[in-house]
Amino acid sequence: MKILVPIKRVIDYNVKVRVKADGSGVDLANVKMSMNPFDEISVEEAVRLREAGIATETVAVSCGTTASQETLRTAMAIGIDRSILVETDVELQPLAVAKLLKAVVEKEQPTLVILGKQAIDDDSNQVGQILAALLGWPQATFASKVHIEGGNVTVMREVDGGLETVELKLPAIVTTDLRLNEPRYATLPNIMKAKKKPLETLKPEALGVDPAPRLKTLKVVEPPKRAGGVKVADVQELVAKLKNEAKVL
Amino acid sequence: MSFTAPIRDMQFVLNELAGLQEVAQLPGCEEVSSDLVSAILEEGGKFASGVLAPINHSGDQEGAHWNNGVVTTPSGWKEAYKGFTDGGWSSISCRQEFGGQALPVVIATAINEMFKSANMAFCLCPMLTQGAIEALELCGSHELKERFLPRMISGEWTGTMNLTEPQAGSDLSAVRSRAVPQADGSYHVFGQKIFITYGEHDLTENIVHLVLARLPDAPEGVKGISLFVVPKFLVNKDGSLGARNDVQCVSIEHKLGIHASPTCVLAFGDKGGATGYLVGEANRGLEYMFIMMNLARFNVGLEGLSISERAYQKAASYARDRIQGFEAGVRGGPRVPIIAHSDIRRMLMLMRSNTEAMRALVLVVAAGIDKAQRSSDPEQRARNQAFVDLMIPVVKGWCTETGIEVASLGIQVHGGMGFIEETGAAQYLRDARIAAIYEGTTGIQANDLIGRKIAREGGATVKAVVGMMRKLALELETESDADLKRIGAALARAVAAMERCVDYIVANYAKDIKAVSVGAVPFLKLIGIVVGGWQLARGASIAQRKLAQGDSEAAFYKAKIVTARFFADHMMSQAEGLAQIVTEGAAGALALDQEAF
Ligand SMILES: Cc1cc2nc3c(=O)[nH]c(=O)nc-3n(C[C@H](O)[C@H](O)[C@H](O)COP(=O)(O)OP(=O)(O)OC[C@H]3O[C@@H](n4cnc5c(N)ncnc54)[C@H](O)[C@@H]3O)c2cc1C
Repeated sequence: MKILVPIKRVIDYNVKVRVKADGSGVDLANVKMSMNPFDEISVEEAVRLREAGIATETVAVSCGTTASQETLRTAMAIGIDRSILVETDVELQPLAVAKLLKAVVEKEQPTLVILGKQAIDDDSNQVGQILAALLGWPQATFASKVHIEGGNVTVMREVDGGLETVELKLPAIVTTDLRLNEPRYATLPNIMKAKKKPLETLKPEALGVDPAPRLKTLKVVEPPKRAGGVKVADVQELVAKLKNEAKVL
Repeated sequence: MSFTAPIRDMQFVLNELAGLQEVAQLPGCEEVSSDLVSAILEEGGKFASGVLAPINHSGDQEGAHWNNGVVTTPSGWKEAYKGFTDGGWSSISCRQEFGGQALPVVIATAINEMFKSANMAFCLCPMLTQGAIEALELCGSHELKERFLPRMISGEWTGTMNLTEPQAGSDLSAVRSRAVPQADGSYHVFGQKIFITYGEHDLTENIVHLVLARLPDAPEGVKGISLFVVPKFLVNKDGSLGARNDVQCVSIEHKLGIHASPTCVLAFGDKGGATGYLVGEANRGLEYMFIMMNLARFNVGLEGLSISERAYQKAASYARDRIQGFEAGVRGGPRVPIIAHSDIRRMLMLMRSNTEAMRALVLVVAAGIDKAQRSSDPEQRARNQAFVDLMIPVVKGWCTETGIEVASLGIQVHGGMGFIEETGAAQYLRDARIAAIYEGTTGIQANDLIGRKIAREGGATVKAVVGMMRKLALELETESDADLKRIGAALARAVAAMERCVDYIVANYAKDIKAVSVGAVPFLKLIGIVVGGWQLARGASIAQRKLAQGDSEAAFYKAKIVTARFFADHMMSQAEGLAQIVTEGAAGALALDQEAF
């Protein structure tokens, strides 16, 4: 069984993000970039399935600039077998990524695609779902447990009300949530080995996909500064404030 | 108390100053590339921030514990040690023959820097193991190597260095531990060792002690000391563990810092003799120690740099958050974070520029070690070895003393909160303090520098370095950029001061060693500042070129120039005063009778 793991290079989660002075976007110059943390979880899950003998091959794919190669190498250092870079300098939006991934899926024929539930840069939470729709495959999002047996995958999902367990027929799409696993640290020998693992580069044209953006960003602004807190004297005052000022009751 | 590995500056130093490309050309380094190094730094940085840094403060508070001969490390230590060895970090620069990764020292050094920043007390265990591995690699018989090295390199067992005894610290020729030959070719070792780092712990099932001791017929003094391997548990022929050896941890010390690192008193032979095996030839133990001590001293010097980086990160972050007072010269403005105050800026720049100067020097010397060890050209090997030999006492002495100053500044930036343990800034100062003491105190480093490394060869190597620095200073002085010009002028003056001292030392060492020795530590400080400033000046000149080419990382390169300029004005300017101490400071220091103190 082959697993495809789409991963994204994003601003490192430790970086304090700054909006560009002209409001055209986020300042990315000289900012530390890393693998999207949810994707680290999907990589870990795929590698565990491979180590358990359930998967026979794991392939990471990233859509973006050449710099994403570094992120793919990181995935291979964790244990992914080989990688594909869909290289483009175009600003990629969820629909375009899903179309590119669909083309890669058709080429690679994986049985399972594991993605992060969302990327921490734009927080869209869309690619997995769109990809499932484009492929006509079943999907299980926000996975906190994944079990594969006899052509089916059982997924425990994190939903608002608690946990929900679903069973899907393979091939399928799974998106990962935080509690699915704890990603490992890459080992030094594996970092060295990752350098020698195959990394194939494809262009969107070769996949027959036009990745041009469909949405236009008008303006990016910082979230409003949090107003200072106040101390309330008693519960009555708190309730009154929640009712009249915050209007949440 | 988060920590982020300074990867960008490391990459700059590795690629632009330490000559990573050249190192990659050396035999056995073919796999090294800028990409691979970035990947290693990246993953090493994750381990440092994610695993080692979070237990640094708790480890300090909890400390190591002794109970009836058994030593337990603080919570989280075992798991971190397992992560460390599973990650293959224990074997980074060890030879491949016994399972090492054989990466260049320059890469291992960058990784060690971040690990030590994250958790110095933890890293002492692998550092001492590394020392023991080197001693065995260097002079152990094949049989000893096969029995011990693979499991030390994998981290399954740790190693220790048992040199110090109550009467033998700086002066190891006073070692009294005894080793008595046995019929089977092994030895029985007797004696007490003190201050043994990780001499006993619960991280691994076995500990391999390297012990200095005297044979019954050994001559007095330095020429009568031999080196032995004494494992905590004997190792059978098939590799399985045998009987518990006759070595006990009698107690551990209560210390100013590195609380999590057990500093042990070890008793050998109380129950009839600890079984040991001779390493190399009899009576050559100290000689072996000194060969391997070079790297050990270098790695302790690195601790000064590591602590400085950590202290700087913490201070810079606090200075941005702490609101106090108003901006000078601004009327009616709001209260500002303390980073707006000139004195805070000065302190942060002192911390930052010294840290970057140390990093540049340390990695340049590390690349020198690689070239000295691996080059196929004997002339290049010799030239680099001479440079490394000269610089080892500087790295050890200057970086550790500077680490203390930087950690102290870190507290000052925090104000009262810096003095409070909960903040964490105090730990850095307490931890930094030991680095200037073990592996030879600053005084011992300075004596080595002026005696063995300078006077003995008439200052040949140091003069060659002076020549290189002077050339750069002249080049910079002709630059049109005002900052570079000024850096060049400062370097020229500092180099002239350094050369005056070298001439004085060479001329007077034999005549009046006592007077010259008064200036040994001030000279060590002077040379550290000058060679550190030299590396920053090289960096500034490269940064200027990158800016002229319109590099996208303008902010980074501008900061490199500003930092070098600051160091030139605030540090290199001290060279002339220090030179005065070196050449004229002996009289007052030695005039009073011993009874007058
Ligand atoms: C926490 C800790 C861990 C340690 N770990 C180890 C270890 O793992 N293994 C090990 O073997 N040892 C270890 N040591 C011992 C350490 O290496 C010695 O403490 C150090 O070498 C200094 O020796 P000393 O303490 O006897 O001081 P002394 O030698 O008594 O020195 C006292 C002072 O005299 C000065 N001095 C001495 N001789 C001279 C001289 N010739 N010229 C000028 N000045 C001189 C010194 O600079 C110092 O200022 C450790 C020590 C500590 C505190």
